Amino acid sequence: MRIETFKRWLDERLSISTLTRTAQKKEVPLHRQSIWYYFGGMTLFLFVVQVVTGILLLLYYRPSAENAFESVQFIMTEVKFGWLVRSIHSWSANLMILTLFIHMFSVYFMRAYNRPRELTWVSGVVLLFISVGFGFSGYLLPWNEVSFFATKVGTDIAGVIPVAGKTMLRFLRGGDEVTGATLTRFFGFHVAVLPALATVVIAIHVLLVQLHGMHVPTRYEQNYRRMKFFPNFLMRDLIGWILAIGVLAALAALFPWELGVKADPFAPAPAGIKPEWYFLFMFQTLKYIPAKIFMFDGEVIGILFFMLGGAALLVIPFINRSPDQHPRRRMIFNVFGVIVLLYIIVMTVIGYLA
Amino acid sequence: MGNTSWDKSTSSKYVNPPPPNRRRFLDYLLGTSAAATLGAIFYPIIRFMAPPQVVEAMQSSVVAAKLSELPPNSGKIFKFGSKPGLLIRTASGELKAFSAVCTHLDCIVQYRSDTKQIWCACHNGQYNLNGENIGGPPPRPLEEYPVNKRGDDIVVNRS
Amino acid sequence: MDKHRELVRASTEVPRDRRLHDERWTGAAKLLLVATVVMITAYPIGAQRKNSCVECHTRLEGKIGDPARSIKDDVHLSRGLSCNDCHGGDPTQDDKDAAKDPRKGYLGRPRTVDIPAFCGKCHNDASFMKKFNPALRVDQEKEYSTSVHGQLLRTGNEKVATCISCHGVHGIRAVSDALSSVYPLNVAETCAKCHGQAAHMAEFKIPTDQYAKYKQSVHAKALYERQDLSAPTCNDCHGNHGAAPPGIASVANVCGQCHARQAELFQASAHKVAFDNMGFGECIKCHNNHDIAAPTDELIGTGEKSVCISCHKPGDKGFAAAGEMRTIIDGLLGQIEKSREILDRAERAGMEVSRPKFELREAIDGVTHARVLIHTSSTAEVDKVIGPAVGVAAKTYKAGEDAIAELNFRRKGLIVSLFFILFLAVLVYLKLREIESRQPA
Repeated sequence: MRIETFKRWLDERLSISTLTRTAQKKEVPLHRQSIWYYFGGMTLFLFVVQVVTGILLLLYYRPSAENAFESVQFIMTEVKFGWLVRSIHSWSANLMILTLFIHMFSVYFMRAYNRPRELTWVSGVVLLFISVGFGFSGYLLPWNEVSFFATKVGTDIAGVIPVAGKTMLRFLRGGDEVTGATLTRFFGFHVAVLPALATVVIAIHVLLVQLHGMHVPTRYEQNYRRMKFFPNFLMRDLIGWILAIGVLAALAALFPWELGVKADPFAPAPAGIKPEWYFLFMFQTLKYIPAKIFMFDGEVIGILFFMLGGAALLVIPFINRSPDQHPRRRMIFNVFGVIVLLYIIVMTVIGYLA
Repeated sequence: MGNTSWDKSTSSKYVNPPPPNRRRFLDYLLGTSAAATLGAIFYPIIRFMAPPQVVEAMQSSVVAAKLSELPPNSGKIFKFGSKPGLLIRTASGELKAFSAVCTHLDCIVQYRSDTKQIWCACHNGQYNLNGENIGGPPPRPLEEYPVNKRGDDIVVNRS
Repeated sequence: MDKHRELVRASTEVPRDRRLHDERWTGAAKLLLVATVVMITAYPIGAQRKNSCVECHTRLEGKIGDPARSIKDDVHLSRGLSCNDCHGGDPTQDDKDAAKDPRKGYLGRPRTVDIPAFCGKCHNDASFMKKFNPALRVDQEKEYSTSVHGQLLRTGNEKVATCISCHGVHGIRAVSDALSSVYPLNVAETCAKCHGQAAHMAEFKIPTDQYAKYKQSVHAKALYERQDLSAPTCNDCHGNHGAAPPGIASVANVCGQCHARQAELFQASAHKVAFDNMGFGECIKCHNNHDIAAPTDELIGTGEKSVCISCHKPGDKGFAAAGEMRTIIDGLLGQIEKSREILDRAERAGMEVSRPKFELREAIDGVTHARVLIHTSSTAEVDKVIGPAVGVAAKTYKAGEDAIAELNFRRKGLIVSLFFILFLAVLVYLKLREIESRQPA
């Protein structure tokens, strides 16, 4: 009885009932490929984990070259469960990028980006860039040897871009070299700029999904069952999220994130520096490109190529308009997608083994 | 007759609903398990947010000793991060602190109340009360740290 | 208007004849004053400059003229002394015979054997030297006579060093002058001018490789590379004016000037008497004299680089003691290394191990101490330091182990929580099934 009064109170002021009615109507299509529907929500869940653990870390982290490493050490040694929060934050970042890739590729292969969902795709690609930005900026924050040199190499590569490269490098580094200024700047990006952007773009992305509903691949259009989102699909989502927590706990237990050695800007780079796995395929590719292609710098060509790839990602919905009318084009896009996926996987593996 | 809400459990359209007792048991288990998991998530978070014993990250300052426990013309070795420091209360009552690592071969130096100098037992190195190397093999002076008093506590800072 | 102008002109105009009168007088007075000043100041300078020795001899080529040219750097000149203060004569006379008049005390060039006395004329006189440098010693000639150089000189041997061989002559700089041939950084080279020449030293039957050996020593490294002027060079061990190798039984005293602790321990040990009786030069038997290298742990023990085995043979007490001492020092070093490794590992993983690391320093101190105590040649003495140090190192190792164990405990704890998480997931799944079974198909 009291709950009813409370609900009515809320509804009078916030129109809750309209929301709940729409929510009750939300349905999820069920077919052979429905499993991929979980990955968007999983990515969002892991993002929430990042925000929560990130805010907790913020209570103790100090973003200056003199204090950063020591503050992370402090979190790991003195703060109760600090080691757990930090390990989870580091692992969840990687897991989120993984689910993000799976989500993106599944949408690509199912061609869910078609009309009217082009903007959902574009906002998604923007979120990809934002997430990668999160990863790159966050990686420097512990200020240990590995992260220092990974940042140095990464920003060096950015500096190779013709015309804008030098400015880009100075903008990223806060100077000509990687210093405490870089750290403070990356911290600003990581906890303020990127979260603000992400919030806005995630809101747009999720709202668009609610607006258009879930896409059904053409071949199932005629026969698919429907499942209510509340509570059925949501509870399934929940199981997935609980299992994700389990995976995070297992990773934090079996492969705790190391503190490493404090960065020394004047020490030589340790052998075998490589970036985090989601950059590895690009890094490895750059290693294989010959130093000179005709008269151009090999590295520059490689980077321009990847930038082109990123731009291409954005416009996919606009170049593959009605694939059902063109089965051959459909096949080309599928094959292309498979090649890219295989390339990324193979290069990442090679990067690790090398 | 039809599918009224109270009739739901008996309608043939429904697949094997569990008996009420099992359902209640499941609810109970689920409830406690969920509560326990939420507790297991919130407990570390709350403990994490509570300030730890050692309040600051960097050992940029440390309470080296208590005034009441350090008589004039005496010295004390204290831990500064992972390195040793030497705190001296001179005969005139002045407080001085230095790195206790001898600049010759890293032995731990000591204060000698008879010569009123800092001495290294390893190779007879001598430093004056400014930390300057005045005798024996040490090539450089000892690093000096600023000292402050906070009540009865003697606080040594890194720089 | 005109009237005004006229009045002004009248008041400012000086009467013609008075004006001329003033100018002439002030001008003349100024001129006279300047001339007087010039003459007064120029005279003494001119008089000092009036050094006929320098004036004539600078005009001469070769060796006869060199002294006059090099005298400008001389410390004696800067103190107001000149050629005649050593050689006698009269520098105010332009005529050669008048300047070099023996009645004016002209001594000319002294014989080599007379050089010490020649310099000693002033340098032995305390009240004279007080005027220039009150802290300077005045017994150099006396010391010199006790030296090997002095003794040989008395027999008439002119190949040995005299004052001017080391200090130079005519361009003598103070010892504290970095360009002086006897500035600490230059001493060894100066000695080597003779002692390094095989041809020159042939009749004296002593080696000529000291300088070459010294240059490789740890003392030379300290002196030349680190510019540590307190590091010993030839004169610090051999004496400068009374230069002679220290007696065999006093080597430890000489080395002990700086290496006090080691010398003290050695002199109380069994080796002192043994070495002195056998004619070994105490410290130099193990450490060499000129090519003293930085000592390593390999010097002690029974390994092939050790110095102990040059006397001690397997079976004798000394051999056993040497082996033991090396073993326990190595043991401690190994223990320290183990501790350091495990503590570093724990620290990299994020564990708090600053206290054990701090305590490990005590153990490291023990090694330094032990390396000094081996000069007692007594295993028991060395063990007095090694024993506690090993204890400390073991304690820190345990702290490292505990840290790693804590790490593993956390891991296990998390694995346990995994089961509970899975349990929850299963429960949610069951609940889902239950809900769906109640829903319309």
